Amino acid sequence: MTKTISETVLEAKGITKKFPGVLANDKVNFDLRKGEIHALLGENGAGKSTLMNVLYGLYHPEAGEVFVNGKLMELNSSRDAIHHGIGMVHQHFMLIPVFTVTENIMLGAETDHRASSNEKPLVILDRSEVSRRVRELSHKYGLDVDPDAIIGDLPVGVQQRVEIVKALYRKASILILDEPTAVLTPQESEDLFRIMHELTQQGVSIVFITHKLKEVLKVADRITVMRAGQVVGTAKPKESTEQSLAEMMVGREVILTVTKKPSKPAEEVLRVEDLRVKDVRGLESVRGVSFSVKAGEVVGIAGVQGNGQTELAEALTGLRSIESGHFTLSGKDLSGKSPRQITETGLAHIPEDRQRHGLVLSYSVADNMMLCDYYQPRFSKGVVVQQKQVDTNAQKLIKDYDVRTPSAFVAAGKLSGGNQQKVIVARELSRPVKLVVASQPTRGLDVGSIEYIHNEIIAMRDRGVGVLLVSAELDEIMSLSDRIIVMYSGKIVATVNREDASREQLGLWMAGAQHEQV
Amino acid sequence: MDWKRFSFIFLIIIILFSVVVLIGQVKSSPIVIITSMLATTIAVATPLTLGALAGVFSERAGIVNIGIEGMMLSSAFFGWLGAIYMFHVFEYSIGISITMGVVFAILAGMAMGLLLAVLSITYKVDQIIGGTVINILAVGLTGFLNRQMFFGRGSVFEGNVPNSPGVLPTIHIPLTEIFSPLCNSADCILVVTSINKVFDQKPVAIAAILLVFVSHYILFNTRWGLRTRAVGEHPKAADTVGINVIKMRYANVIIGGAFAGLAGAYFTIESVPSFEPLLTNGRGFISLAAMIFGNWTPIGAWTAALVFGASQALNINIQIFRDVIPPQLAFLQQSYIVGLIPYILTMVILTGIIGRTTPPAADGIPYEK
Repeated sequence: MTKTISETVLEAKGITKKFPGVLANDKVNFDLRKGEIHALLGENGAGKSTLMNVLYGLYHPEAGEVFVNGKLMELNSSRDAIHHGIGMVHQHFMLIPVFTVTENIMLGAETDHRASSNEKPLVILDRSEVSRRVRELSHKYGLDVDPDAIIGDLPVGVQQRVEIVKALYRKASILILDEPTAVLTPQESEDLFRIMHELTQQGVSIVFITHKLKEVLKVADRITVMRAGQVVGTAKPKESTEQSLAEMMVGREVILTVTKKPSKPAEEVLRVEDLRVKDVRGLESVRGVSFSVKAGEVVGIAGVQGNGQTELAEALTGLRSIESGHFTLSGKDLSGKSPRQITETGLAHIPEDRQRHGLVLSYSVADNMMLCDYYQPRFSKGVVVQQKQVDTNAQKLIKDYDVRTPSAFVAAGKLSGGNQQKVIVARELSRPVKLVVASQPTRGLDVGSIEYIHNEIIAMRDRGVGVLLVSAELDEIMSLSDRIIVMYSGKIVATVNREDASREQLGLWMAGAQHEQV
Repeated sequence: MDWKRFSFIFLIIIILFSVVVLIGQVKSSPIVIITSMLATTIAVATPLTLGALAGVFSERAGIVNIGIEGMMLSSAFFGWLGAIYMFHVFEYSIGISITMGVVFAILAGMAMGLLLAVLSITYKVDQIIGGTVINILAVGLTGFLNRQMFFGRGSVFEGNVPNSPGVLPTIHIPLTEIFSPLCNSADCILVVTSINKVFDQKPVAIAAILLVFVSHYILFNTRWGLRTRAVGEHPKAADTVGINVIKMRYANVIIGGAFAGLAGAYFTIESVPSFEPLLTNGRGFISLAAMIFGNWTPIGAWTAALVFGASQALNINIQIFRDVIPPQLAFLQQSYIVGLIPYILTMVILTGIIGRTTPPAADGIPYEK
């Protein structure tokens, strides 16, 4: 690849941004050169998104200056940023699902291809002209989009392309991509990287925000690492390894690969037979699924979000009613039973949305730690809760599971994501259980917490508990599972042993490739 | 709006019309009945149409507006009061007084819209509560002022409720004059004059129909409309492309208030020249049903409003034929039974028998950066 990386197109100097109680950016310096892919790496809460929101004009920093093409800029709104050629693709897409591609792209820039002013509000939309320009752009940069499609009908990978076209339509020469691969399949990610290279060839400069180390090493020209609101350093991918970057991110030595002994699967704990479940919209999203989990093994369910995994986990934990089929836990038929009956039979659940389904955020840590069995004699005499036992239990779990909290009486909502997850893990795994259903157990957590949760899951397995792990992160599935099930469109498309699985093959299955059972 | 909805509406209207035609045919010819029903339908659907438009603008921008009833009631009062003051106190001519009455009604609606906007956008009050506040406030305020302004101590009128300067005149469209010379029979002239009645409407009614199409065009084909809908679907997305969400929401809620204000003017300045407490009688809520059935589109909401208008027209027209109602349909003589039809229709329509409609995604959710 020949490209001349020379002039600086975007520079931030001494950016300081405070939120109540948090110093999100502390005198941060950052620069972007023409035609490069500059990765911004850091854990959740390290301040990456804050910095980008400052550059995009959405936040106003307390101190610091931003230079675009060497000129000092006053960025008071995203309108200013757009005017200076900065485009941003947000992690959660900023697209309106009921609008067409064309309407989404022209929104806010209806007439002059940049952020147009508010004058003449009744100006008539020229949809055909805009869709012609969209076709032109998608042809020029190899971004295949249909201007007349409705956004809600498009897969996420295509929606992301629309976001990129939307930025290019506004003549963006600086593109900020915030965690762009979080929602993509491995194949879609490859596609995105190809597009990113294509764009840099045409002179676009890209800031690539992520916490995935593999991707950074693969596509970035330079890597800046942030930690706790500060820039830790800038590195070249050639001189870095996953290990060295992870240590920069966390600030201490981390073990990236989970060390585990071979599994010793014993008797079957969970058996699922021809299970069918409907989703919130009433559509059948689990369409006849059968599998089993043995004691002492981790079964990973891989799949792109929205292929029925969520509904499957909810059905097994009693949170969603079953249309047909049944499942047994240790030989006991639990289909159609209440969550309490299922819990008492020996199921632990680490839910996908820890804040909404895992914790009562306004309750104290101690109260959250007894949510499953508060009514049992160990906590209650008749209808009266024994506060003392609750406290003793909480103190013990806080110590055993290393929950970093000022006290057991702090509201769970005040803790960081990692510590909230530890509260759930402590509550669920400290009980005598036979099966753990863990949905996206490390989503949004920092490397340190991920390491901890992974080790806990393996420890449960080694104690002879069956684990059903649902995750959209292929790396997580690969490193924890003993067997891997791939779900696509509500069905199991493949089941493989860990030793026989390759990333590429799993990726293809996740994208819908058919496979006979191995 | 899809064909299923339009055909459902068409069907109901045909049924309602047929009932009157079948009963009344012994007295008048079908063409006279149909055209007179149609004229009444259009006229009485006016406040529902305008109320539904008020809802469409507000809710398309993301603010749930259940305060339409209150907005209509207060603008009916203030429009009427304004006209009386202009006429009796400032002694303007009748024409100027009632025109200014309409302006006052619109301003009162906008003020109520502003109140809803402040509550729900700036202070992020639950929008259902914000709308309820407006409904309760309107009942209390108009009832109190109605007493106080005319009977209170020191009131200008000292207990004599003055006559309102009058109502807006019917605008005559000279269809009869143009087409009757082409006729060579009495029947033909009857048809022409009957059809002419449908087009002879009052100004607010005509404005309402024009506004339906203008609003529809604005909402779906202009920059304003695109931005309004964006703000109601996904305000954060609108914000990131440089649209001022707060400003767009304020503007649309106030525009909605203006529509509700014009609907208020219909009651006291176009329909009858008097005000009585609670005169809107649930029309604001029926407008909301029309808006929902019309899938938050102006044209859809209008057609739904016409169904309610037709059921009211049935109520009015059936009175004319009271004495010829066949004994087996005697229940139709009871006006309270016929009067229930609009409300029963509201319930039937909202059950989602013809499929559900989808509100704007961010409707009712305050925007926080």
